[in-house]
Amino acid sequence: MTFIDMLNQIGSTIAATFHDVLPIAAILFGFQFAVIRKPLPNLGKVLMGFLWVLLGLSLFLIGLEWALFPLGRLMAQQLTDPAFIAGVNNVEIVTETVRELVWTDYYWVYLFAFLIGFATTIAEPSLIAVAIKANEVSGGAIGVWGLRLSVALGVAIGISLGCYRIVVGDPIHWYIMAGYVVVVLQTLVAPKLIIPLAYDSGGVTTSTVTVPLVAALGLGLAETVPGRNPIIDGFGLIAFASLFPIMSVMAYAQISQWISTRDKNVATD
Amino acid sequence: MLVNTFKTLVKFMLGSIRDLAPIIIVILFFQLVVIQQPLPNVSQLLIGVLFVLLGLTFFIHGLEQGLFPIGESMAHAFARKGSVGWLLTFAFCLGFGTTVAEPALIAVAAEAARVAASGDLIGTTQIAMDDYAQGLRMSVALSVGIAIALGVLRIIKGWPLQWFIIGGYVLVVIMTMFAPPEIIGIAYDSGGVTTSTITVPLVTALGVGLASSIKGRNPMIDGFGLIALASLNPMIFVMAYGMVML
Repeated sequence: MTFIDMLNQIGSTIAATFHDVLPIAAILFGFQFAVIRKPLPNLGKVLMGFLWVLLGLSLFLIGLEWALFPLGRLMAQQLTDPAFIAGVNNVEIVTETVRELVWTDYYWVYLFAFLIGFATTIAEPSLIAVAIKANEVSGGAIGVWGLRLSVALGVAIGISLGCYRIVVGDPIHWYIMAGYVVVVLQTLVAPKLIIPLAYDSGGVTTSTVTVPLVAALGLGLAETVPGRNPIIDGFGLIAFASLFPIMSVMAYAQISQWISTRDKNVATD
Repeated sequence: MLVNTFKTLVKFMLGSIRDLAPIIIVILFFQLVVIQQPLPNVSQLLIGVLFVLLGLTFFIHGLEQGLFPIGESMAHAFARKGSVGWLLTFAFCLGFGTTVAEPALIAVAAEAARVAASGDLIGTTQIAMDDYAQGLRMSVALSVGIAIALGVLRIIKGWPLQWFIIGGYVLVVIMTMFAPPEIIGIAYDSGGVTTSTITVPLVTALGVGLASSIKGRNPMIDGFGLIALASLNPMIFVMAYGMVML
């Protein structure tokens, strides 16, 4: 890529991000001036904030496009390559060997899915935003890192289980419905304060960083495993990544509550 | 002023480095130890990583300077004004307006139209495909608008969120049994694509700001949950769209 190409891409990404932010800004300022009819406190600071968001998001997206996405796609492709999984280099026996593979042969794929799910969620800007807010609102009771780590763990488990599902070819709705049942049961026993936040954390994980990398992994896997259809089986990793954080965040709150009551009991004994 | 901005940026930058380190470690480990292939295009990769780092840093800074304050100050202003009608209109516009322009949704809708046309569910002409994609986008945007408005109404009234979510899940499960199989995957995924990086902080600040300025509401219990509704509602609307159209 030449320097001119790079500049062109930076320019067009900033223009595209601006185009995305414009309707939001129009709605905000429209209501502020036409309905609320009060000058915005710190207008200058807020406008500067918008500029930072615009610039930050553009750079972030360009960086993803240049570094993470090509690398992620390449790795998904290499890890799901039949020759790599079967551990043979001879093209003629690869197809033969692939047919005999069982789900345990895909262990590197599960490990990669787990680690990349965890790592991309830690870097997810929307999750950082929600964690900052939750920490502030709960007066520090919910730690920024406690929330981010438990969401990341949920996504990691969800995506590796989703990869297992693609490999064995189970129908997706059984997993999703079983997950819903677990969420409903947990809702009954989890601390009340965490429930809305836990539900929200399912939605925030599936965004800028996670979706493209995870989609590449799912499609790569569905194309490679014999008998899988990319259109039917390639979908669904996103759904897993949205469902499992709900469970892990509620579990995090349940475990912290259990630890604090246990400590209290120990103290009073 | 400038020195302070610089200091905060450096602080955020250190945070961003820590946030991105896991991705780099995972990728390097798999590339060098497991797959054992050299990294392609190392210089472009390094510039890309630097941009991601700067981007995340600027974004978090802008979030605290711009998106969070405006979301909260508008929530407070609406609560003082006491006009529920305007507040719901604003919530709807915010949900609808941000979703209809969402690039991820435009891509998903076009892809869904292509899949539907190749499966002979709709006509294979460009017009039929465009109509279908347009209808899909509108149903998702409408569903997000309604979800945010409903979520704001929930905050005002103090209704418990779990009844909405569990009720919604039950509806999704029932509709899955009757909806055309081709729409189900897209419906499930459309819940995820609606909540973009700019919408999430803004909507969170709005919910929390509203819950903290209405008497008797707890910002933790009542303030969160708007994103959850915005992720659930599109599944219901897209499946309904599939049932009506196909």
